[in-house]
Amino acid sequence: MSKDNSILEELTSKEYEHGWSVNYEADEAPIGLNEGIIRWISAKKEEPEWLLEWRLKAFRTWLTMKEPEWANVHYPKIDLQALRYYSAPKQVKKTKNLDEVDPELIAIYERLGISLNEQKRLQGIAVDAVLDSVSVATTFRDTLGKLGIVFCSFSEAVKEHPDLIKKYLGSVVPMTDNYYAALNSAVFSDGSFCYIPKGVRCPMELSTYFRINAANTGQFERTLIVADDESYVSYLEGCTAPQRDENQLHAAVVEIYAGAHAEVKYSTVQNWFPGDKEGKGGIFNFVTKRGICAGDHSKISWTQVETGSAVTWKYPSCILKGDYSIGEFYSVAVTNNYQQADTGTKMIHIGKNTKSRIVSKGISAGKSQNSYRGQVQVMKRADNARNFSQCDSLLMGDRCGAHTFPYIDINNSSAKVEHEATTSKIGEDQIFYCNQRGIATEDAVALIVNGYAKEVLNQLPMEFAVEAQKLLALTLEGSVG
Amino acid sequence: MLSIKNLHASIDGTPILRGINLEVKAGEVHAIMGPNGSGKSTLASVLAGREEYEVTDGEVTFKGKNLLDLAPEDRAREGVFLAFQYPVEIPGVSSTNFLRTAVNQVREYRGQEPLDAVKFLTLMKEKMKLVEIDQKLLSRSLNEGFSGGEKKRNEIFQMAMLEPSLSILDETDSGLDIDALRIVSNGVNQLKSDQNATIVVTHYQRLLDYIVPDYVHVLYKGRIVKSGTKELALELEEKGYDWIKEEVDSAATV
Repeated sequence: MSKDNSILEELTSKEYEHGWSVNYEADEAPIGLNEGIIRWISAKKEEPEWLLEWRLKAFRTWLTMKEPEWANVHYPKIDLQALRYYSAPKQVKKTKNLDEVDPELIAIYERLGISLNEQKRLQGIAVDAVLDSVSVATTFRDTLGKLGIVFCSFSEAVKEHPDLIKKYLGSVVPMTDNYYAALNSAVFSDGSFCYIPKGVRCPMELSTYFRINAANTGQFERTLIVADDESYVSYLEGCTAPQRDENQLHAAVVEIYAGAHAEVKYSTVQNWFPGDKEGKGGIFNFVTKRGICAGDHSKISWTQVETGSAVTWKYPSCILKGDYSIGEFYSVAVTNNYQQADTGTKMIHIGKNTKSRIVSKGISAGKSQNSYRGQVQVMKRADNARNFSQCDSLLMGDRCGAHTFPYIDINNSSAKVEHEATTSKIGEDQIFYCNQRGIATEDAVALIVNGYAKEVLNQLPMEFAVEAQKLLALTLEGSVG
Repeated sequence: MLSIKNLHASIDGTPILRGINLEVKAGEVHAIMGPNGSGKSTLASVLAGREEYEVTDGEVTFKGKNLLDLAPEDRAREGVFLAFQYPVEIPGVSSTNFLRTAVNQVREYRGQEPLDAVKFLTLMKEKMKLVEIDQKLLSRSLNEGFSGGEKKRNEIFQMAMLEPSLSILDETDSGLDIDALRIVSNGVNQLKSDQNATIVVTHYQRLLDYIVPDYVHVLYKGRIVKSGTKELALELEEKGYDWIKEEVDSAATV
């Protein structure tokens, strides 16, 4: 009420921490989008003919497609002809040796708290560092290579593992799946690739850290994870971008393939620049993420902590094709100021005895809009499919919105589908109770929000969970009294 | 320690407290009694700094400072503790985590080093005995699914951990069975010293059998209309509040 508002106005929110940028001499494509640009990118990457054809096919289909308008988000139309589709630091060498990576590039990542120095590692995390349109370094390739694990940039994978790329690229997210996936398929510049061979349990977390640096440039990268039968991998993704007045587009595609008895955990902490307090600038994060549990008893688990971006459009999904396969989606989406998020998941039950679990925790503050959109689909042959969905919304202040759009499509009468939803407000009572024990209001909010999101945060790898907790508190700083 | 002078407070424009005067010294236990709606809980809330209440007149000094100028968290850090009549649930936050945040923020305010995990747990173990509280309860979400008795015990446990100089117990006896009442009162009694003071807000005399007050005040229509020793509480138990109401109301009409 009035009290909420006065406190909201009293406090100013903290500046975005990763809003800086550096100047590097760039190797850039001309501005604009046409077949020539796609040929330019493909040539720049010395790609085989088949991949160029694949891109062009995606592009030609994309030309006939329309931007999706069903999401509960509103933003000015993006002029795709005014964007640059490739920008890479000139210092990036075609080297696999970490020692030869330009120190300036390493310094960018150090400043973001990401060490590309293998000796310095504290935790077992291998990193593929993607800066604007290219991967600048990938750590621990040799260590992983000894186990037969391939972990490298997408460009290298195209050259060194063409058979794997040919087999799996576009196999989970078809090139013409949707408007943004098609655009990505046409112009994608780099990304990460990982392959875990049969029976191998990946001994460290693999991760990609996406950084946008250049202005007026879109980032379009692809991640492809292939977990062969009986393998296991946990994958992490982090993202940040400089603070700029204009919006920037990030349209990525992530594909996951899990063979029989394989398990893939994919965790994201998304912290793209969200725009300033007046809603100026920020990243448009239009991402297609999908995994297929192709074999029996396979499992794919998505965990996401979404705190950044001006507009988010993202539905990490699972196709449960194998019998007894399991799909999970754990999400915390926080919006503050003028941010808009339309995010959720799709669980498509095809195999018998498949199970899915959805836990979504939305937190809206400021004048933001936060929507959960989820679909549970049970196909005819999917006997004994089970789904449990829980969608909670937490509102802070009275000028934000929380929306839930659950779609359920059941074609098999043995299915059991449960959906629970709650909406609550951070209580003045809770905050006063904390205050009365000596806890300052900002810390009280952080405590309450972290408690609310705990079920999801618990799914994150340890070191990521701590980061995520801090990020939640930071994003909401100044949002309630 | 605490000095309340001519305190007036209202909520949504309705006056509730109409001129409270009260002096509390270190080492004393004061009981505030009165019929429903007399303003007992309002007094407790105003002292703790709940913002729905507007102080319209009067002053409150606590250890020489103007209490009404302080934010609720600073009042707590200065040593004011309110045991809530209805303790609040915070899902997903364990009592342990909650208390560690609280204790360390209070310590920081007082210029003390924060307690590390080991020291904190040692302190917790020691204080847990006071209210016979189970460790399992403390690793659960704060107050969520706690029974009435468990909630009140947890309040006194928090009080033990924060070592306040002024404790205000707001209807701590409500919802307690006789065993829980004994345990909670024992805890409060063990925490009593000549350095701290306690204000017990209650409707019934029952609690005062366990926590023996030095002074008893009767609140009616937002004023303290009668003060005395613990015998006054016994008299109220026997005769109810009506005779006081009549006394006050007839005095008003004359």
